[in-house]
Amino acid sequence: MTLDITGLKVSIRGKAILGGVDLSLREGQVHGLAGESGSGKTMTGLAVLGLLPHGSQVTGSVTLGGRELLTLAPKELNEVRGGQVAMVFQDPATSLHPMLTVGRQLTEHMRHHLRIDKREARRRAVELLGKVRIPGAEEAYGRFPHQFSGGMRQRVAIAVALACSPKVLIADEPTTALDVTVQAGVLRLLRGLCDELGLAVLLVTHDLGVMSAVADEVSVMKDGLVVETGPRERVLREPAHAYTRSLLDSLPDSERGPRPGTRGDIRTEES
Amino acid sequence: MTLLAVDDLVVEHRSPGRPVVRAVAGASLEVGPGEVVGLVGESGCGKSTLARAVCGLNPVTEGSITFDGQPVTPLGLRRRKLTGIQMVFQDPYASLNPRRRVGDQIADGLRTSGDTTTTPADLLERVGLPRDFAGRHPHEFSGGQRQRIAIARALAARPRLLIGDEPISALDASAQSKVATLMRDLAVSSGAGLLFISHDLSVVRLIADRIAVMYLGRIVEVGGTAEVWANPRHPYTQALLGAIPKPDGLGVLPAELPGDVPDPADPPPGCRFNPRCPMVMDVCRDKEPDFGPVACWLHEPR
Repeated sequence: MTLDITGLKVSIRGKAILGGVDLSLREGQVHGLAGESGSGKTMTGLAVLGLLPHGSQVTGSVTLGGRELLTLAPKELNEVRGGQVAMVFQDPATSLHPMLTVGRQLTEHMRHHLRIDKREARRRAVELLGKVRIPGAEEAYGRFPHQFSGGMRQRVAIAVALACSPKVLIADEPTTALDVTVQAGVLRLLRGLCDELGLAVLLVTHDLGVMSAVADEVSVMKDGLVVETGPRERVLREPAHAYTRSLLDSLPDSERGPRPGTRGDIRTEES
Repeated sequence: MTLLAVDDLVVEHRSPGRPVVRAVAGASLEVGPGEVVGLVGESGCGKSTLARAVCGLNPVTEGSITFDGQPVTPLGLRRRKLTGIQMVFQDPYASLNPRRRVGDQIADGLRTSGDTTTTPADLLERVGLPRDFAGRHPHEFSGGQRQRIAIARALAARPRLLIGDEPISALDASAQSKVATLMRDLAVSSGAGLLFISHDLSVVRLIADRIAVMYLGRIVEVGGTAEVWANPRHPYTQALLGAIPKPDGLGVLPAELPGDVPDPADPPPGCRFNPRCPMVMDVCRDKEPDFGPVACWLHEPR
């Protein structure tokens, strides 16, 4: 199933946040959305799920397999949210409920959306925990979020998002709060799940390295507009838009950019 | 001359009903005046415990910490002599007093240093905030602005050593490098040393003169930033750097370091990294490498 965003405009109390965003997600592909904070990356993700703050006005269209999401009645939207479109947030420490067991958080929406009994939900939950490669899935089911490390918590959050077999996964900076070694594991997991389950993934991140590692298509946002879209290799190697180029140039790793240990705007003692 | 010398430091956490956890197990580190040292490592490796011990917030079990030739004593409840060391904490939502105006909180620092000429507004200006923000309360600011206020408060006491314990990890991704470079600039321009702790290697690389890599309570490699980056010698440093995805557009998934950080209450025998090390040798399982600057049997000094 594909998700198409066309001409999405969002304004909050008269202030324009998004000025006409076009994106399309295809199954089995990771679509990366890059940009600085305040460029509207997260808002785009939230708009798809109808999670925008109160008083925001949305125009344009978001269609999931031909079905318009923006005009859905709240009840129908609730069916889509968590059921067909799911989201993973930046910080697993805050997106998971600290006082509920992982199992409870995994089965709650599963029972609601899929209308399955407790035992079946539990079986699926344990299977999911195994799928996101949490060691000892049976025991992990009854544990609380604080008993897991950061990387494991994010895996649990991904399992929660995948519980109702969604078609579209929106991952908002899913690895920003994690250590690099753990990040590598989570990225591999995301990529693997995308290939295996045919998920359409919208990966929102500011890290172009992460983008380069997992995304198939890359879109770059600036001030609420998509300034460039294209296959990963082209956008990151031969950026057409000046803004994309400036983003790449500002990275310490780029050959054109500053050398390691030095940076244009700061003074350094050693050269 | 060194400003801060940490020598063979051991810090243990004791909690009832649990085995003693050696969070820091024999770490040595030096920071000079005007020098920026980045301390990196995975979460749970003891970076923060080391920083807290340097501040006098955690009791030292063994080893010594000297600041300006004087041993660092535990922080008293009411009075502290140790205002030369100031710390910026991880979470600016928790480290600022929500019920006091930010100007008043910065003024506390000015009072300790006996500074009568500087006003809180001057310090706000130095961290890039408008002068009239001094009369506001912390809830009126965003995370990045709060962290700037916390930095201003730390600088108000005119520290000679500034410690940042993951000062950027609670911030929005794009504010991170701005706040980090600000910390560096302010510390260096006032002649203070900076011990910057972070798990984000790319930011440490931007601001640090020297990098110290920590694994399970020990410093495994120390060296100049550019040098460590270009030529990491310890297998753990290599794994850490190899895990950073490169923005080359080739779609290469970063290398994964197998396994988790072992429980510090029960570290593996021999070299602490041996169960996860791709280049493990027999000697690694028996003897712990206790030399520097690279604590690895592959790089034993002769």
